Amino acid sequence: MFVLVEMTDTVRIPPWQFERKLNESIAEELNKKLANKVVYNVGLCICLYDITKLEDSYIFPGDGASHTKVHFRYVVFHPFLDEILIGEIKSCSQDGVHVSLGFFDDIVIPPESLQQPAKFDEAEQVWVWEYETEEGAHDLYMDIGEEIRFRVMDETFVDTSPTGPSSAEASTSNATEEVQKKEAPYTLVVTTCIIHIAL
Amino acid sequence: MEVKDANAALLSNFEVYQLLTDLKQQRKESGKNKQSSGQQNLNTIMYETLKYISKTPCRYQSPETVRDFLITMKGHKLTKAEKLQLLNHRPVTAVEIQLMVEESEERLTEEQIESLLQTVTSILPGDPEEQQRESPMATEDKGDQE
Repeated sequence: MFVLVEMTDTVRIPPWQFERKLNESIAEELNKKLANKVVYNVGLCICLYDITKLEDSYIFPGDGASHTKVHFRYVVFHPFLDEILIGEIKSCSQDGVHVSLGFFDDIVIPPESLQQPAKFDEAEQVWVWEYETEEGAHDLYMDIGEEIRFRVMDETFVDTSPTGPSSAEASTSNATEEVQKKEAPYTLVVTTCIIHIAL
Repeated sequence: MEVKDANAALLSNFEVYQLLTDLKQQRKESGKNKQSSGQQNLNTIMYETLKYISKTPCRYQSPETVRDFLITMKGHKLTKAEKLQLLNHRPVTAVEIQLMVEESEERLTEEQIESLLQTVTSILPGDPEEQQRESPMATEDKGDQE
């Protein structure tokens, strides 16, 4: 579920923090920058693991702060393909079941990947798995708050960095739309459909 | 910022759990947050991740159990990813093993799956309450499988 990612970055420490230990200030700055953020094609950053190398700190003319190049390792949430995970059902809709892990919410099970046969109950807005045994058909409701085991099928990274002024023409035509479309930077498409029936 | 290696190492849930609890301890000891505005993200992610991991079996693990587990697993010829999944999930049924191990029908015989289950449940500590319930049920389960 979690991987260690080696990264380098230049950290800026303002002068009023010079009295603190350099390692602490740098750890704090890195966590401030990366914790709970998604890095494109890497995953959701959790926290700093350790600092492997600190290069010399420089002070540039015009800026009193010190700049240090740091090599560090960060704990990142990045499940590998076909990994089995357990999550909680957050909501159900026509386009599938939305599952959450608490710290990561953008997990979706598309209808085709639900254990077949499954149907969407409009009245209760939940997906139902019709499980047939010798005794008869059992309806297993996928209720909100229920734990569900799934396998990771696919992941999508979306670059959500702000676009430049060249797209200003496109945005003025949508002047009536005040709410900007928020795209999840990192989504997981998962399945519960496995050859062996999961209990 | 530059990413040097996006897959330097795999971490087990237990290692992340240890790291986060140590970090939480450190931050508590160093007094109240000096700049809480910047630390809010870290607080949120730490809290949520800790909450999630605490519900998994790894809260009962220790470095020694993980080491023993890996040493015992050497004989079973499983890939790193499969061993990691077994460590994180602590499967108790054969179905769970078949999910986590690829092509388990071809690679493992039924006895091997049984011995794998035995190793997992004996070395990795589970929920103490459940273990008390499990022991009288163990004979019932065996009967059902046959």
